[in-house]
Amino acid sequence: MTIPASVLVVGASVGGLAVVEALRREGYTGALTLLGAERHPPYDRPPLSKKVLSGAWEPDRTRLRQDAALAQLAATMILGEQAVHLDVLGRAVTTASGRRLTAEAIVIATGLEPRRLPGQEPWAGVHVLRTLDDAVALRADLLAGSQVVVVGDGVLGAEAAATARGMGRAVTLVGPQSTLLASQLGPQIGGYLAELHQRQGVQLRLGVAVEALVGDGERVRGVRLADGELLPAEVVVVAIGSRPATDWLTDSGLRLADGVVCDSRCRAAEGIYAVGDVARWHHEGLGTALRLENRSNAVEQGAAVAANIVGKDRPYAPVPFFWTDQYEVKIQVHGWAPADAQVAIVEGSPEAGQFAALYGSGGKVVGVLGWNMVKQTRSLRQHVVERTDWSLVKSLRAS
Amino acid sequence: MRVIVDLEKCCGAGQCVLLAPKVFDQRDDGIVILLDEHPPEALHKAVREAACVCPGAAIKLEEQA
Ligand SMILES: Cc1cc2nc3c(=O)[nH]c(=O)nc-3n(C[C@H](O)[C@H](O)[C@H](O)COP(=O)(O)OP(=O)(O)OC[C@H]3O[C@@H](n4cnc5c(N)ncnc54)[C@H](O)[C@@H]3O)c2cc1C
Ligand code: SF4
Repeated sequence: MTIPASVLVVGASVGGLAVVEALRREGYTGALTLLGAERHPPYDRPPLSKKVLSGAWEPDRTRLRQDAALAQLAATMILGEQAVHLDVLGRAVTTASGRRLTAEAIVIATGLEPRRLPGQEPWAGVHVLRTLDDAVALRADLLAGSQVVVVGDGVLGAEAAATARGMGRAVTLVGPQSTLLASQLGPQIGGYLAELHQRQGVQLRLGVAVEALVGDGERVRGVRLADGELLPAEVVVVAIGSRPATDWLTDSGLRLADGVVCDSRCRAAEGIYAVGDVARWHHEGLGTALRLENRSNAVEQGAAVAANIVGKDRPYAPVPFFWTDQYEVKIQVHGWAPADAQVAIVEGSPEAGQFAALYGSGGKVVGVLGWNMVKQTRSLRQHVVERTDWSLVKSLRAS
Repeated sequence: MRVIVDLEKCCGAGQCVLLAPKVFDQRDDGIVILLDEHPPEALHKAVREAACVCPGAAIKLEEQA
């Protein structure tokens, strides 16, 4: 394989930037272009629901790299311009303003778009939270309003609820699952998280669907639940998940199936790659297709894509890592935490507010979760890498 | 090479420790501890990777220093 003379990356966020940086780290000297729909230079999303929303950070602190570091990459940055079409065979991208950009290799790094409620009206007070602009707008409304309803019982909804509560707002969280993060962490740990939110004063309405937003034609006034209850609200955060931002690829001929379908090298077609939240690739270690929505994956997959662009033929088969901060609790997960897995607490205890738990599935350790237990969690990660036999878990203690 | 860490940005992920345990450690609350501000040449590649994958964008490098 010959190394492409030019690379175009579509999506100028953490995944796209990671590809560009890793290419230069690999010694790549070809032409690089980074195209992004947002007008901001690459910034970090995890602080949006935490330190930016709470006001602890000015929005500008989320910038991933300062100007000098970006300049060193010697990449052409085109910001505030959206890709609308990909020509796979011609290796060209057309933008909304009609520009046509060509390159010998193209990387798709367009991330996700937040889902909205069916019939969600564009009323004042209704928010989604994906971009820096979203976070700034939501913060302004949280400062002005006192009653907040968060729709969504996943990570983003829980973080938004925690931050709004930390700002002293009255917060109700609504979601269809039996407990918070049930599908992400399983019912046991999800239950501890729900208790934490209740102790902090968040009202939980779980196991119930949202029927509709209620408003006066201009502003949102509340949220009606499927069981008839009406929750009054001045601010509503809709955090019901996201879908891959692939609308611009529907006529490209690429295979799309809840993400851009890629092989184990993160390659969607000859000369076309995908990275980050938008990529569904074949994980050789697991033997299945996978799409991850977390920060570390975007960066590590970026490094794998760069290696493959320069011909290293490297499969991408990571142990995933994900974290969330809520109130004073830092939860970290290495590997997988399937909802139906066995869970064993091997360090600390939930009562003490500090513990590490292993997740077992198919007779093997598949994941470790730390709850305010950073170091032990990191050393227990080894059991995920080695797929330690679940029967040995009783005798385990982090060294 | 000079390594600089921003304790306020560090989110305690520990990815740096996994990549370069001779250069980074973590306090009990997860915040990074810089063990070697001027790591030897042999570790530069791992440190560069740590700076890039750090989920808090908390590691800065001065290559010339
Ligand atoms: C509020 C929030 C909190 C989070 N907290 C955590 C956390 O605590 N821990 C964690 O591990 N992960 C967290 N995440 C997830 C993490 O931020 C994502 O996994 C990561 O941003 C994925 O990076 P990406 O580059 O793949 O996609 P994105 O960051 O979504 O970037 C995609 C970029 O592509 C651009 N784009 C889209 N379509 C086009 C187009 N047609 N043309 C040009 N550009 C386009 C978009 O504007 C966007 O800038 C959080 C996410 C959010 C939103
Ligand atoms: S990788 Fe970054 S965020 Fe994680 S502990 Fe190291 S410095 Fe902190």
